Amino acid sequence: MKPKVLEVKNLRTTFRSNKKSFNAVDEISFHINEGETLGIVGESGCGKSVTSLSIMGLIKPPGEVNGDQVTFQDMDLLSLNKRKMRKIRGNQISMIFQEPMTSLNPVYRIGDQIGESIRIHEKVKGTKLKKRVVDLLKLVGIPRPEEIYANYPHQLSGGMSQRVMIAIAMACNPDLIIADEPTTALDVTIQAQILELMKSIQEERGMSIMLITHDLGVVSEVCDRMLVMYAGKIVESGIVEDVLKNPQHPYTKGLLDSLPKKGVDKERLNYIPGQVPSPLNWGVGCRFADRCSHAMVKCHEQIPSLIEIGNEQQAACWLVEEGGELDDVSKGKDTTSIRS
Amino acid sequence: MAQLEPANNPEHVTIPLKKSSKVKDFLSLMVKSKSVLIGGIIVLIVILSAIFAPLIATHDPNEMEMSKRLMGPMEEGHLLGTDNYGRDLFSRIVYGARVSLEVGVVSVSVSLLIGVTLGLVAGYYGGWLDNIIMRTVDIVLSFPVLLLAIALVAALGPGIDNVILALGLIYWTNYARIVRANVMALKEEEYIQAAKTIGSSDFRIIFYNILPNCLAPIIVVATLGIGIAIVAEATLSFLGLGIQPPDSSWGWTLSFGMKFIRDAAHLSIYPGLAIMFTVLGFNLLGDGIRDLTDSKTK
Repeated sequence: MKPKVLEVKNLRTTFRSNKKSFNAVDEISFHINEGETLGIVGESGCGKSVTSLSIMGLIKPPGEVNGDQVTFQDMDLLSLNKRKMRKIRGNQISMIFQEPMTSLNPVYRIGDQIGESIRIHEKVKGTKLKKRVVDLLKLVGIPRPEEIYANYPHQLSGGMSQRVMIAIAMACNPDLIIADEPTTALDVTIQAQILELMKSIQEERGMSIMLITHDLGVVSEVCDRMLVMYAGKIVESGIVEDVLKNPQHPYTKGLLDSLPKKGVDKERLNYIPGQVPSPLNWGVGCRFADRCSHAMVKCHEQIPSLIEIGNEQQAACWLVEEGGELDDVSKGKDTTSIRS
Repeated sequence: MAQLEPANNPEHVTIPLKKSSKVKDFLSLMVKSKSVLIGGIIVLIVILSAIFAPLIATHDPNEMEMSKRLMGPMEEGHLLGTDNYGRDLFSRIVYGARVSLEVGVVSVSVSLLIGVTLGLVAGYYGGWLDNIIMRTVDIVLSFPVLLLAIALVAALGPGIDNVILALGLIYWTNYARIVRANVMALKEEEYIQAAKTIGSSDFRIIFYNILPNCLAPIIVVATLGIGIAIVAEATLSFLGLGIQPPDSSWGWTLSFGMKFIRDAAHLSIYPGLAIMFTVLGFNLLGDGIRDLTDSKTK
């Protein structure tokens, strides 16, 4: 087995508002192996982005990161001081954002912005720096790199900007790239190009990728393993193929059922009834229980923990623990009676 | 750029790459922009007349000719007439450019230095630091400007240098407020978050990533501030705290001429025009430079 690049143990990120506090990320544990792509899936507000910012140490007050351990290459990121953390950011762990058009500083040329991420960590100047920047632009497949070097962000399209963002992220050859919905703002053909680009760079440079998305298609395309998050918790994890073909948690099953299927002509798509509960209303039980058609009494009383199912697959569901059957979770109308 | 190898794509090799330096680019753009050109010429005229005052002035600015008091413009070789002591107004205005320019530019620079720095810090860090800085701003703003200036100059001692310092120490509040408001909006931008993820320090984010993005309003307010400072100096000089007679600044000549406004309006009109002209020049220049530095107009 390959060595782990990142290991997160019981990560908990707490936000306080008017004396009330809640854990946007609640005791999650996972790891990323070297050269692997881990997909984190979940709907809006489930804690995906907070997880990535927690790892980067970029949670602002009133947020607070607790947890046992975030180990990155034998360093505990949670105990590092600001200065040491800055040296890791961009150099060993870097990030790609959702909105490429607003992620570039409008007042600087493309070349200068890529160059900056090199200059922060290494003492490179002049033509040497320029050469490296142009090489990076070539790496991310930008045509006419010398010309784009002198362009300003508003002169680039969304796809181009995202390539530049990837170039910035790759500037110092990081070991881990956290991509927070890198393709969400792009149209489908550009999405495919960007994903392919990330894949090919990964093959060339061997870095690990943590890909945050809500698109199961993207996950199946590029990820090796995946986590499914719901309301700040990991509900299912495993190798992508296993999870997608044989989902164990009703939520994962619900997500998969809600995808449109080839050859099936339906007026309405399946959906999971209800909404993600507000973090202030998380009860003691399973957080998905109110929307789950398989919910049992126990589900409302006690929160299930992740159970090993085999072959690295884990799920947090009482049904799995008790060996129940999982079918037809997401027939919207059937479940209305169960919702309280 | 020339030493780099051309792009992979052979069809693009023929595209001539721009070789001119940034400075050259900027200068050629400046000439194209009308407001920069006009503003630049005006400011240049004022600066040159300040530097070459002895060559331009037709008379000694402090020489009194009692026989030629309160003469109108163009009378007996006095281009703009004379004041109540018979001193040549044109020469006094030319020499006054030295003082007024110094007051305007230096005091605004002092204000900018204090105001922009504190505004950046307050806006970026927020919290108690922001509270302390902005409450200080409130306190300074709660005093009438003139009263505060008089108190400061009285404490520092009369003289043009102390007037400049006092004005600088009073007018920084505008810049602090404007910059703070801008920074508070800018720091939520995604590219600032992105700058953090590549390991930029706070110092770098504030001065390299945020500051250039809020230059536009700073330039506009600063160019207007030059005019305000020139007039404020006039008031203080009029009260005997600024420039000491027989030297004069535009503001002082203007306020002094007010006494004779019914008989010799030109005594106030011409220094007033000089102030207006200068402020207009700085304004056009500042505005034009703002447009030029805006990456989107390139």
